[in-house]
Amino acid sequence: MSKQDPKLLLQPAPLLRQGMTTPAAMRDVWLALLPATAAALWYFGLAALLVLVASIAGSVLTEWAFTPKERRAITLRDNSAALTGLLLGLTLPPALPLWMAFVGGAVAIGIGKLIWGGLGANIFNPALVGRAFLLATFPIAMTSWTVQQGPAEFFTVHASNLTAPFMQAPVMDTLSAATPLGQMKFEQSATPLWDLLIGNTAGSIGETSALLLLLGGIYLFLRRDLDWRIPVGIFASAALFSAILYGVDAERYPSALFTLLSGGMLLGALFMATDPVTSPVTPKGAWVFAIGVGFLVVLIRVFGGFPEGMMYAILLMNAATPLIDRWTQPRVFGRNKGGSA
Amino acid sequence: MGLFFSLRNSFDHGVHPRHHKEQTAELPIQRVPFVARYVMPLGQHIGAPAKPVVKVGERVQRGQLIAEAGAFVSTTLHSPVTGTVRDIGPHRYIDGNFRPAIEIEADPYATQQLPPRPAIDWQGLSIDEFIAQVQAAGIVGMGGAAFPSHVKYAIPEGQQIDDLLVNGAECEPYLTTDHRLMVERPEAVIRGTEIVRQKLGAKRATIGVEKNKPDAIALLKQHVGELPIEVLGLEVKYPQGAEKMLIKAAYNREVPAGALPRDIGVAVNNVGTVVAIADYFDTGMPLIERVVTVAGPGVAEPANLIVPLGTPIREVLRFCGGLKESTREVIMGGPMMGTPIADLDAPILKGSSGILAFTASETGRPQEYPCIRCGRCLEACPYFLNPSRLAKLGKARLFEQMRDDYHLMDCVECGACTFACPSGIPIVQHIRTAKDDLRQQKVRSEKQ
Repeated sequence: MSKQDPKLLLQPAPLLRQGMTTPAAMRDVWLALLPATAAALWYFGLAALLVLVASIAGSVLTEWAFTPKERRAITLRDNSAALTGLLLGLTLPPALPLWMAFVGGAVAIGIGKLIWGGLGANIFNPALVGRAFLLATFPIAMTSWTVQQGPAEFFTVHASNLTAPFMQAPVMDTLSAATPLGQMKFEQSATPLWDLLIGNTAGSIGETSALLLLLGGIYLFLRRDLDWRIPVGIFASAALFSAILYGVDAERYPSALFTLLSGGMLLGALFMATDPVTSPVTPKGAWVFAIGVGFLVVLIRVFGGFPEGMMYAILLMNAATPLIDRWTQPRVFGRNKGGSA
Repeated sequence: MGLFFSLRNSFDHGVHPRHHKEQTAELPIQRVPFVARYVMPLGQHIGAPAKPVVKVGERVQRGQLIAEAGAFVSTTLHSPVTGTVRDIGPHRYIDGNFRPAIEIEADPYATQQLPPRPAIDWQGLSIDEFIAQVQAAGIVGMGGAAFPSHVKYAIPEGQQIDDLLVNGAECEPYLTTDHRLMVERPEAVIRGTEIVRQKLGAKRATIGVEKNKPDAIALLKQHVGELPIEVLGLEVKYPQGAEKMLIKAAYNREVPAGALPRDIGVAVNNVGTVVAIADYFDTGMPLIERVVTVAGPGVAEPANLIVPLGTPIREVLRFCGGLKESTREVIMGGPMMGTPIADLDAPILKGSSGILAFTASETGRPQEYPCIRCGRCLEACPYFLNPSRLAKLGKARLFEQMRDDYHLMDCVECGACTFACPSGIPIVQHIRTAKDDLRQQKVRSEKQ
C-alpha cells in the first residue's frame, strides 16, 4: 500500500450534504406552476402561451446579455431567470402586446435583479418589478382584460398581441371583460366562488384558478421549498381584515373568502411573497412580513385607486424586509433576547 | 411545553444526515495485532503538551509512564507496547505537520501482556486523589475532543455537580465505537458511570443514547440494577451528541453562552471515557488503547477495532484490507466534524474515534450558487445563529461584525448549516476562517 497511496484530498468537514440544490428548488417552483399554467392555456389559448414565451425570452436573454461570459453557464443553469420570466408572464393580461411582455421580462431581470448584483442580492421581487414597470408605462394595455375563449378557439390570437413595438397604440380587444376584482370595486358585484376556484373568470394569465395554484403551493410545502408561514400569514391577515370590513358593510365590501380567492392573492401569496431572496429569513420575520402583505392588499383593494393590490403589497413589504430581518433575529441558544449570556 | 418536551428528548433545530452505521453496527470489536513501530505525539490532547520522562534507547514496559502532564490542563502518556524508545523528536501528525512525539519500537519477543497491578480502591479516594489518579491514567474525552477528563472533575469552590450526563448519543454518521462499547461492555459503562457519579457527588446520572441503538439502550437498562442511573433514548438528530445540545435534550436546560456545563451543575462524559475510567480502576491499565471504527465507502473491510495508541493509521487500514482505489480522502473522526488526514503514517490518537475513507461522491466540491436566503441553515443551526448572514459577512471579511453582532464565537462548528445549504456554500469554512483571523489578531495585539 505504501507506494500506491491514493492522492489524498484535504476537503474540510462536513463531507455529507443533503440532496437539495438551489437549481432543483427553482425546478420545483416550475413544476408547482405547471397546473396553473396549463389551465391558463386551456382558458386563454395560444395568446397566453405567446405572452409567457415573450416574457421568459426577455428575462433569459437579458440575464445572458449582462452576465460575464465565464459565469453564464452557472447563472443560466440555476433556472432562476426563466422562473422570473414565467412568474411575470403569469401576472400579465392575455391580450398584452408581445413586445411589452418581452420588455417586462427584460426590466424584471435587468432592473429587478442584475443591477443589485444578481441572484440573491435584490431587494424587490424581480417579476413584480417588471410588472410594476409595465403597469406604470402601459396602463391601458395592462388593464385590458379579455373573456376566456376556451379550448375550442385555442389558436385565436388577439390583434393586440401582435402590435409592433412603439409603432402603434395597441387596439385592445373588443371582447373585453372585467376581472372579479374590477366588478367588485366598481359594481359591487361578487363573482361566484366556484368560478374563482376553477378559474372561470377574466384576469391575468396565471391567477384565475385558485385550486390549481393551491395545489402547486402544497407541492412546494411538501418539498420544503416554501416557508408556510408566509402564505398562511397573508391569508389569515387578509381574511381577518376583510371579514371586519364585511361585517361593517356587507353590501360594499367583499367577503373574506372572495378576498382570498380573487385576483393575484394566491399567485402572489404562494409564489411571489415566498420568494426567499426578498422575504425575511427569520421565522418571526416571516410572520411580520406576511401579516403586512395581507393587511396592505386589502387596504389597497378596498381604499386604493386600483382594484388589485397584491403587487404593491408585496413590493412594499419587500422594502421592509432587511429591517424586519434585523429586528427579528432569533434568540441565540444560551443567551437571552438581548443577546447577552 | 414541558410534557411535550420530555417526550421528545431532543434539542431544537439540527439536521438529519443518513447515519450510514449499518456498515459496522453489528461487527464485534476486534483487537489489531501489534506492529513494529508506535508514535505518541506529546500534544494529542487539549492543553499543554506532555513532558517526556524517558530517554532514547530506554526500554519501556507496556503501560509504563513515558511522559508526564505539562500542566494541570494536560495529561500523561503511557507506552502502548513493551519495547525500546527509538526517538524523541518531530514526527508526522495527522495534519501533515511535524510535531514532537515519542517513537517506540515494539519488542517482537515481548508477550505484550500488561504487568498485573492491583485494582485501585476508588471508593476510598478523596476527590483530589481521584483527580490525580485520572490524570495519572492519561484519560481524556474519548468522543474526539480529547479534553483531559480530570479537569472536568475539578469543580471550583461553591459549585456542585447534581447531574452526571454520559454521552452515548454518537450522532456522527458512520461511527459505531460507542455503540459497540455499550453493547459489548454495558457493565463497564455502568460501572464507570457510577464511579464518576459517586466521586463527583452527583445525585443522579443519565446515559443518553440516540434511539437508533435500541440494543444498547436495552442492555444498559438491564445492567443498571438499583443504581441512580437513568438510560435515556434520544431523538436521532445531528448534533445530538454536542455537549450543550445533549444537556438540553436530557434536562431541558441551556448552558449560558460562554459558560461551562458545571456552571449549571452538570458534568458530561463520553461513554468511552467512563469505560476507560472503569478499566483503570479495575485493572490498573492506563489509557494505552482505544476503540476505533474503520469504515466508509473507501474501506475494503470495515471494522470496529481496539487499536493501541500510536499505531500508524496505515497499519490499521492494512488490517482492514486496505483502501479501495476509489478513495479520495481519509478523515479522523466523523464525516460532519472530523479532520482530514494528510499522511497515513500519522498515528492513532487518544481522540481518534474513527478512521473513515471517502470516495469522489462525498468529497466532490458542490457547485456553489449565490445564497438565496432560503433559511435552511437557520433551521439547522442548534445555536439559533444566522449562518447565512455569517457566511455573507465572512466573504466580505467583516470578521468583527460577525463576532459583535452575530455571535460568531458561540458557533461550535458542527457543520449542520453547511450540510443543509442547497447553494453549496461552505458556511462553516467562512466561520472557521473568521475565528482564526480574530484569534491571530488577538495574539498579535497581545504581543505588542
